[in-house]
Amino acid sequence: MKPVAFDYVLAQSVDEAVSALAEASGEGKIIAGGQSLLPMMNFRMVRPSVLVDINRIPGLDRIEERGERLHVGALVRHRMIASDPIVGSHLPVLHAVMANVAHLTVRNRGTFCGSVCHADPAAEIPMMTLLLNGIVHIASPRGGRTITARDFLLSSLTTALEYDEMVTGIELDKLPAGTGWGFEEFARRHGDYALSAVVTTMEHVNERAHNVRVAVMGVGDTAARLPVVEAVLEDRTIDEEVIVDAVEHLRTEIEPNSDLNASADYRRHLAGALAARGLRAAWNRAIKGEAK
Amino acid sequence: MSGNAYISVTVNGVTHSRSVEPRMLLSDFLRNELGLTGTHVGCEHGVCGACTILLNGRSARSCLTLAVQVDGLEIETIEGQGSREELGRIQAAFRDHHGLQCGFCTPGFIMTITDMLHHHPLETDEQIREALSGNICRCTGYQNIVNAVRELAKERGPLS
Repeated sequence: MKPVAFDYVLAQSVDEAVSALAEASGEGKIIAGGQSLLPMMNFRMVRPSVLVDINRIPGLDRIEERGERLHVGALVRHRMIASDPIVGSHLPVLHAVMANVAHLTVRNRGTFCGSVCHADPAAEIPMMTLLLNGIVHIASPRGGRTITARDFLLSSLTTALEYDEMVTGIELDKLPAGTGWGFEEFARRHGDYALSAVVTTMEHVNERAHNVRVAVMGVGDTAARLPVVEAVLEDRTIDEEVIVDAVEHLRTEIEPNSDLNASADYRRHLAGALAARGLRAAWNRAIKGEAK
Repeated sequence: MSGNAYISVTVNGVTHSRSVEPRMLLSDFLRNELGLTGTHVGCEHGVCGACTILLNGRSARSCLTLAVQVDGLEIETIEGQGSREELGRIQAAFRDHHGLQCGFCTPGFIMTITDMLHHHPLETDEQIREALSGNICRCTGYQNIVNAVRELAKERGPLS
């Protein structure tokens, strides 16, 4: 239960961090919060020969408004997302979700971008990043690039990040004021990785739902948006009939796995039940939101 | 870059300087290098909460922190809470409410609760239980720990 020996680089800048990664030729690893990486290193499932610590790089710990989007820097901790007033006013759904991300002490250290890089299929942050059309900003000694979260999250614990690249921040959509949201999750113990969760947002315009977004986690190799379900709901009045229709489409669109905790059939059923609750909540909030 | 690193860290107000291997966990540094064995090591992967300490005033898992990372930072451990003759306020509340039996998890709970009392509203039992949910106790069933925190939160009053 101790990590293997490694060299440690305390990077003072993004340039320094990515050149240390490049020098490590694929054996390097970035550490930010370390709340997923260090357990894996303690178990020796991950054995980097060089650990590049980015915690002291100035400027990465900010949440900034950039026009219609919010930019979350690589050192923004879960706790900061949960309490930030900018996030609260533009993305109340994200505030609500944060209470389900691990526990208080882990939220003090763990980072938003780190969770996306870890790419656990049953973690909330990658799902929220997909819901909010996340754009991942990446640095490397070869220069910078951006990539959509959808292209970034390849599979379970697997991303499109190259060995000499680090994520410097992630941009998220702001949602218009009054957007309704629903978030439903089932975990066997509070704060544990969930068996499944569903999140949805929508606006209420002329008795109909607009800009409907639906994302799920825990029911596939990565979290996912569900475009087919979104299309079923778009421009419809969200009544029980439409919800039943959407749930049926959801259960067809997802491909859950079986594991020790739950069978694929159970997960498929659960995701549908959670979606129905989430859609009702989002619709009710959207109606109230429009009235404001 | 390679080899040991020289760190200087303030623990409970006392500054210690040591040469450490980068892979040394902060929990092992506190226990084995500084002899502060009040910080307990349970699961060593961030699940049980027994190793919780304060890092610059916020709770952190010392098993998910490397000693080399805390160079120049301030740490508080259970040893900073009180002495055998004079218990700290949270320790006294645990005694009064029978908030412990075997005591193995207690240092971690007390450090988490220190963070909670400084930074969290704790207006309802639900909030208290959510904030405590990252610490595992196999003896008490939690009720007496919640009772102790409720009293401490009441004594503290609303967060300013």
